[in-house]
Amino acid sequence: MAAPTMDRSTAAAPATPVQTLTISKALNLGLRAAMEANPKVIMMGEDIGKLGGVFRITDGLQKDFGEQRVLDTPLAESGIIGTAVGLAIRGYRPVCEIQFDGFIFPGFDQIVSQVAKLHYRTQGRIKMPIVIRVPFGGGIGAVEHHSESPESYFAHTAGLKVVSCSNPSDAYWMIQQAIDCDDPVLFFEPKRRYYEKGEVDTTAKPGPLFESRVLRSGTDATLVAYGPMVRTSLDAANAAAEDGTSLEVIDLRSLSPLDLEPVFESVRRTGRLVVVSEAPSESSIASEIAAKVQQECFYSLQAPVLRVTGFDTPYPPSKLEEEFLPDLDRVLHAVDRSLAW
Amino acid sequence: MSSPEQWTHPEPDAAPAATAAKPTAEQVIAGLRATDEGGADLVQLLTPEGERVTHPDFDIDITAEELRGLYRDMVLIRRVDREANALQRKGQLGIWVPLLGQEAAQIGAGRAMRQTDMAFPSYREHGIAWTRGINPTDLLGIFRGTDMGSWDPVEKRFHPYTIVIGNQVLNAAGYAMGQKFDGKVGDDEGEATMCFFGDGATSQGDVHEGFVWAAVYDAPLVFFCQNNQWAISEPTERQSRLPLYQRARGYGFPGIRVDGNDVLATLAVTKWALDECRHGNGPILIEAFTYRMDAHTTSDDPSRYRLSDELEMWKLKDPIERVKVYLVRQQWADSEFFDSIEAEADALGEELREFCTNMPDPPAERIFSNVYAEGNPNLEAQRDEFLDYVSGFAGGEH
Ligand SMILES: Cc1ncc(C[n+]2csc(CCOP(=O)(O)OP(=O)(O)O)c2C)c(N)n1
Repeated sequence: MAAPTMDRSTAAAPATPVQTLTISKALNLGLRAAMEANPKVIMMGEDIGKLGGVFRITDGLQKDFGEQRVLDTPLAESGIIGTAVGLAIRGYRPVCEIQFDGFIFPGFDQIVSQVAKLHYRTQGRIKMPIVIRVPFGGGIGAVEHHSESPESYFAHTAGLKVVSCSNPSDAYWMIQQAIDCDDPVLFFEPKRRYYEKGEVDTTAKPGPLFESRVLRSGTDATLVAYGPMVRTSLDAANAAAEDGTSLEVIDLRSLSPLDLEPVFESVRRTGRLVVVSEAPSESSIASEIAAKVQQECFYSLQAPVLRVTGFDTPYPPSKLEEEFLPDLDRVLHAVDRSLAW
Repeated sequence: MSSPEQWTHPEPDAAPAATAAKPTAEQVIAGLRATDEGGADLVQLLTPEGERVTHPDFDIDITAEELRGLYRDMVLIRRVDREANALQRKGQLGIWVPLLGQEAAQIGAGRAMRQTDMAFPSYREHGIAWTRGINPTDLLGIFRGTDMGSWDPVEKRFHPYTIVIGNQVLNAAGYAMGQKFDGKVGDDEGEATMCFFGDGATSQGDVHEGFVWAAVYDAPLVFFCQNNQWAISEPTERQSRLPLYQRARGYGFPGIRVDGNDVLATLAVTKWALDECRHGNGPILIEAFTYRMDAHTTSDDPSRYRLSDELEMWKLKDPIERVKVYLVRQQWADSEFFDSIEAEADALGEELREFCTNMPDPPAERIFSNVYAEGNPNLEAQRDEFLDYVSGFAGGEH
C-alpha cells in the first residue's frame, strides 16, 4: 500500500473570496480546504464517501481525495471513534462524522474513556487531534433519535472541547480551526440550518475558535444562544426592536471552554439575561451559564437569569416539536418576564 | 493466506462436544468446560512434563541461549508479580492485578514482537511491558495511585494500560490501519500491531467492532486473547458457546488456539501471525489457552467461585517448570545458571520494594496538567484559584 498522496482538486479553490453559501456548502468547502492543507487529515464515517453523507456535507471529497482519506466505515460508532484514536496516535487527524445526534451514544464510551483522557493519562505524550462532527438538534420533522441535543454530556467531560457553528462563515472557518486544534473537538452542526445562506469570506480568517461573539448589540436585555437557536434569537431581537425593546444577542460558538467574558460584560450593562437552547435545561450548558453569571454579575442583575430551552423530556414525536423547541414567542415571553421583574 | 486450511476454515464439528447427533446447548456448554486440555486443535511444542513435541505447521528452531532467555524473562516477571502482590498486602499499593500463570503467554507473545511493532495492552500485561523494555517500576504508579503509567507509549511502542474492557482493541485496529495507510505493510520489513484482551472482553461490542474493522481494512493486527478461563467470577462459557479462536472464522480471518502455558508454542505461533500481518495477510486471532493462578485482583476472592481442584490441575501445567525440566534434560542449563537467575530475581524484587516505598506523591498541579494540549482558560483559572488556596496554608503544606 502506497503512502497517502495529496490529491489536489481543481474544484477546491473558490473563484471569489466572498461568496454566498449555505452552511452545508461552507462546511464542505471548509473540510476540503483542511484536507488540502494537511495530508494527514482524513474523514471517517458511515456513508460519507460515494453518497457524501446523508446531509451531503462530505460531497465529492472521496472522489477527489480517494478512499484512503475519506473512509466509508462499517456501521458502528464505537468503531469509528475507537479506530480514530489509533489513527491519531499514528499521526493522523481524523474527522469523524456521526450520522445523527441520537447515534453518538454507542461511541460515547470511546469518546469519554479514551479520546478525552489519553492526553491527561500520558502526561501529554499522546495527542488526540480528532474532530467529531455531529449534525444535531430538531426542527426537521424527523423520527426519534434524529433530533437530539446531546452537547452537555460532552461539555461535562474534561479533555473535550465542544463548539457549535450558527452561520456559513463560522461553519467554513470553525471546522478548519477545529481540525487544526490538537485537542479533540466535538463539532455540533445545526442541521435545521444547513440550508440557510450567508456570506463567507474565504480569505479573512475570523478570530479564535473558542470565543463567543456579540452578533447584535442592545441595551435592555441580553440573549445568549448557540447553534440553531442563534437564528431564533436574532429573529426575536428583530421582533423586539419593532416594539422598542433593544436586545443584545451573543453567539456562544464555544460550549467548552465557555467564553463568558462578553456575556458578563453585556449583563453588567443590560442587567438581564435570557439563555436560549433547545437542549433540556436540567444540568445543561444553559444551567452552567446561569450559575456563572449569577456568580460574576450578582450586583448587576435586575432579574434572575432565565432559561428558554427544550423540556426535560425525551425529544417528542415530531408533530409536537414545534411546542418543544424554543421559538421566537417563547424567547420574547421570557424577555418580557425578565423586564417585568 | 499462507495459513493451513484448517485455521482458515476450522471444521465446526472439530469441537470435542460434537457428536453425530446435534448436541443440546447443555452438552455444548459442558463440552466447552471440558476443553481444559485445550482441545484437539491446541498448538503445543513443550508438554507440561517438559518434553519437546513437534507440530506439523508450527515448529521453531530454538537455541539453548534463546530458551534460557525466555526462562529468565518468565522467572523475573513472576518475581515482579509476586513482589507487587506482596507490596499490595503491605499497603504499599492500592491494588495489584496478578499475572501468575500467564508468564508463558506474555513472554512468548512479547518476544515475538519487533521494536517497530506496536502493542496495545489491557491491564494485566506486565510480561508484555517487560518485553517492551519497560522497567517494572514504571508499572507501580498505576497501582499506587501516583500516575497512570509513566512510560512513554510512543517511544516504547506500548500503549497505556486500558481499564475499560475492550476499548484498546479498537484503538489498536485504528493504529494498525495507520500502519497500512503509511505503506509500512507488505514485506519482511513491515510493521504489525498486537492487542491484548481477555476471554471476558470478547463479549464486548468494541472487540466485535475491532474484528470487523481489522478484517475489512486488512489491518496488520494480531488479536491476542489470553483465555485465562475466568472474567473475575464468570467462566468462559458465560461468554461464549464456541471456543473463542473459532470465532475468527466468522469475521473471515484465521483463528488459532495455542497452549498459553507453553512459551515455545506461543512464541512460534505469534511470530508466524505477526509475520503474516507484516506481509499484509492480517488480521489473525490467537487464543492463548491459559489459566489465572491467582485472584483476579488483590481485591478478589476466587474461593467463592472456583474449585481448588481446578487450581491443582493447572499447577501441573506450570509454564516455568516445564522449561526448567527441558533445559535440564537438554543439559542446556545447570544449577549455577538457575542460581544466577534466582539471584537476579532477588535483586529485582529488592529494587521494586525500595522504589515503591520511596515513591513520592505527585504535586497538586498534576490534577490540572495536560487535560488539554492547547489549554483552557476556565480550567487554568480554576487551577490558579486552587493553588492559591493551597499555598495559603502555613509553609504551603496541605
Ligand atoms: C467495560 C468494563 N466493564 C466492567 C469492568 C470491570 N472488570 C474489570 S476486569 C473484568 C473481567 C475481565 O475479564 P477478562 O476480559 O477475561 O480479562 P482477565 O481479567 O481475565 O484478564 C471486569 C468485569 C471493566 N473494567 N470495564
